[in-house]
Amino acid sequence: MTPAVLYALTGLGLFVLGLYALIVHAHLLRKILAFNVMGSGVFLVLAGLAGRTASGIPDPVPHAMVITGIVVAVAATALALSLMLRVAGATGRARLPDEHER
Amino acid sequence: MTPMGFGARAGHLLLIALLAVIFGGLALAVLSLPSESPGLSAQVEAAMGETGVTHPVTAVLLDFRGYDTLLELVVLLLALAGVWSLAEGSPFADRRPGTMLDRLSRFYAPLMLLVAGYLLWAGSASPGGAFQAGAVLGAAGVVLTLTGWRLPVALAGWPLRLILVSGVSIFILVGLVAFFFGAVWLDYPLEWAGALILLIEAIASLAIGATLAALFLGGRPEAHP
Repeated sequence: MTPAVLYALTGLGLFVLGLYALIVHAHLLRKILAFNVMGSGVFLVLAGLAGRTASGIPDPVPHAMVITGIVVAVAATALALSLMLRVAGATGRARLPDEHER
Repeated sequence: MTPMGFGARAGHLLLIALLAVIFGGLALAVLSLPSESPGLSAQVEAAMGETGVTHPVTAVLLDFRGYDTLLELVVLLLALAGVWSLAEGSPFADRRPGTMLDRLSRFYAPLMLLVAGYLLWAGSASPGGAFQAGAVLGAAGVVLTLTGWRLPVALAGWPLRLILVSGVSIFILVGLVAFFFGAVWLDYPLEWAGALILLIEAIASLAIGATLAALFLGGRPEAHP
């Protein structure tokens, strides 16, 4: 197993862990964190698989996409957090209603 | 956590099984990829001479995929517009930091500016560039915000907005100038490419840093002096 594949599999693990937390937790902050973990997994897959070159110098195109992606993910997280604050301000709690509450 | 009923526990196990299947499928896809795949390395390598920079990631970011990077800067501005229209007020009350935090932040902030400048300059030949420098600048803004520093009210109105849009503006401006001088939109003339990329990166990193710090602050800065 090459390091590139190991990175990609670790990224997949992060993605699935994040997906699990996104589904299981009702609190919006945990959902936002879970979404960030999923995104980090995707970045790790992209950056890892870019290293499968003969020269050892990784393919620069996925790396450039990951760099901008990280900054955009931070901005999207800030937007999600202010949406969460508005939900908490409007309903008094920062979580989605449970199924039996509706 | 409340104790789960039988149905909830069965649903939970089903979810874990489904996620395991997803992981297995994706892992099979990754393992079936060829162990050596240069991707677009060769094309980037062949076109490096036309960019004026020597680091391939910077060349891809600012030259080959310049349109993509320009629109990512726009996404940052859109996120900030969303945050500003949603936030009811900055969650940070004016707190006096302790002596230790105060001294440390006074020491760190100039150091972070220095690191951001280095990353920006290094980007043309080695890992670094506008986004990394912007992230460090944004972090410096976050550190200063956490220790109670606020943007002076005189600067929080249009001067701040000017900095926020400067990254996108200079990018579009350079693209237009290149367009009118016979080249293609966002394709820089060869003898100027290196200098133009450095100019765009310098202003973009300032804009990215300001945007990230403003995103952290939450509401509009002039509303919470």
